[in-house]
Amino acid sequence: MNNPFQPFPVTITNIIDETPTIKTFVLDLNGNQFSFDAGQFIELTIPGVGEAPFTPSSSPYDKNKLEMTIMKVGKVTSALFSLQVGATLGVRGPFGIRYPIELYEGKEIYIIGGGVGLAPLRSLFFALMENVKKYKRIYIRYGARTSQDIVYKQQIPIWKTWKGVDIQQSVDVGDNSWKGKVGVVTILLDDLIGNTKNMVGVVCGPPIMMKFATIKLLEKGFDGNNIYLSMEKNMSCGLGQCGHCRMGKYFVCKDGPVLTWEQVKDIEDPFL
Amino acid sequence: MKVLKLQKRNLNSYLESLRVFGEIYGPVRKDEKYIYGQLDDLDKLDLRMLRTILPVKKFLVPPKFNTFSFEGYTYKPELEKIPRRVIFGVHPCEIHGLLILDKFFLERFPDPYYQERRKNTAILGLSCVPDEKCFAKSTGTHFVESGFDLAFNELQDFYLVWVGSSLGDDLVRLRLDLFEEDIKERDLHEYMKWRSWRDSQYKLKLDMTGMPDIMELNYNSPIWKKFGDKDLSCGACSMVCPTCPCYNVRDQLKPVGNSGERQRHWDSCMFKPFAVVAGGHNFRENRAERVKLWYTHKLKAFITEFGKPACVGCGRCIDTCPVDINIKTVVTALKGV
Repeated sequence: MNNPFQPFPVTITNIIDETPTIKTFVLDLNGNQFSFDAGQFIELTIPGVGEAPFTPSSSPYDKNKLEMTIMKVGKVTSALFSLQVGATLGVRGPFGIRYPIELYEGKEIYIIGGGVGLAPLRSLFFALMENVKKYKRIYIRYGARTSQDIVYKQQIPIWKTWKGVDIQQSVDVGDNSWKGKVGVVTILLDDLIGNTKNMVGVVCGPPIMMKFATIKLLEKGFDGNNIYLSMEKNMSCGLGQCGHCRMGKYFVCKDGPVLTWEQVKDIEDPFL
Repeated sequence: MKVLKLQKRNLNSYLESLRVFGEIYGPVRKDEKYIYGQLDDLDKLDLRMLRTILPVKKFLVPPKFNTFSFEGYTYKPELEKIPRRVIFGVHPCEIHGLLILDKFFLERFPDPYYQERRKNTAILGLSCVPDEKCFAKSTGTHFVESGFDLAFNELQDFYLVWVGSSLGDDLVRLRLDLFEEDIKERDLHEYMKWRSWRDSQYKLKLDMTGMPDIMELNYNSPIWKKFGDKDLSCGACSMVCPTCPCYNVRDQLKPVGNSGERQRHWDSCMFKPFAVVAGGHNFRENRAERVKLWYTHKLKAFITEFGKPACVGCGRCIDTCPVDINIKTVVTALKGV
């Protein structure tokens, strides 16, 4: 039978420095059969070190390579950061369920990212851009701690020129090099107006940022069914078995990792 | 389902014949308690056992095993080393525990390691008489209809033996000469009498109907803090529970070179670091939250998904928890009676 725990080898073909603690790893799939939908995640093996879950940040339509934007934060990521182009890693997956983008058609979509949380949202953004005419408008609201902590620094100015897209950024702490808005990402939602009940909000970032972004969207009149939250935990197996990502009655790995506010609102402080 | 008769005096001769299938395990005494131990010598078999320390899950999901061996980036599955075993003396509640593990490991996303062990492990059930910690009648797990290969029901001089699978049928054929196929009316009568007597022996009754609703109503109840305050986070309840499936995985390098093993080992949601993510954030820092999660899984999430609680009434948590946090005290507190 097919062994869902079997990793297949992929090769690092490029490493892009995003910030002092975040890099984008470009992986060649070596001809292995693999595809994913935006919102699904994979398990990445660093041989001899272990496995950890990550969500791709490349377009699901790009069948030849996989891009992963990753922050150095734990054991597996520290080992990953010590690797060079040419190194071989293991991949298994994808796991979890995708963003139901067919439900977003004809709607205004607010993609709200905090820090490295923009990484999985980029995959969604690229997926939406494949059929951009289907959506009323795509807004990206991106907050980083400082201007140094912004990911995709070269790409964001290009995205701003794309039709159907509206991008605004903020940093929590300003400095001389930053000419834009200063404040937590929710300040970018302050003048959000319109038929908010029919808008879609997609949020990914640190738990505290997700919490306040959700509160803001609800204040603005968003429906809890239209707020999509990345509830990532320590998803070790990806198959609803190992139990580490349990959250109330959900296994985040198989029922998520993206869950709506409506699904998680009754869980006592779902962001803690 | 086919039913046969085996005289008690022939049990050991029959079990002896099963060695052609694999290693034989059954209840053996260990100090004051019992375990499922290997039976090189069938005289070690101790059928006074009611409750082993660890449930039969230890054979299907071993406490620690290798899922892969690796050399550089090549991860090779370790499936061929799984031994063939016969486990004799598995009580009905435990067989129901296996049926619950089957749901976890075979229904959603089949786990080849579990599947292979299930295939290589012959389950030979045995009837039992409850003590004051058993409540399998409340959970409807005091009889078995599936999940086993053979099931032995002990009567005065003989066992009625149910054949539950094609493997069970093969195993019976190893010594068909020891079995009697002609079940008499008085045998049936004796069995029915035993059944009503055995059912009357359940002293502990725990009504578990409607538990998801009761859990919901108690979401913010102070009982969780009360239990959390005395919880030791030792995880013993998870280890002894026939239905707890949680595990962790780690890559273990050999001291020299770049080869090693990917190990899967039991974990427990009662352990403090269970919900820690990279960077150190703990999604379930306090003990009350962890106790609540354990019971949310058993009495709410599992029922919502599979229509019955992930509890088989074996009484191990009642027997094991040093501070009396168990299915009996929790269900009683949840109901406020």
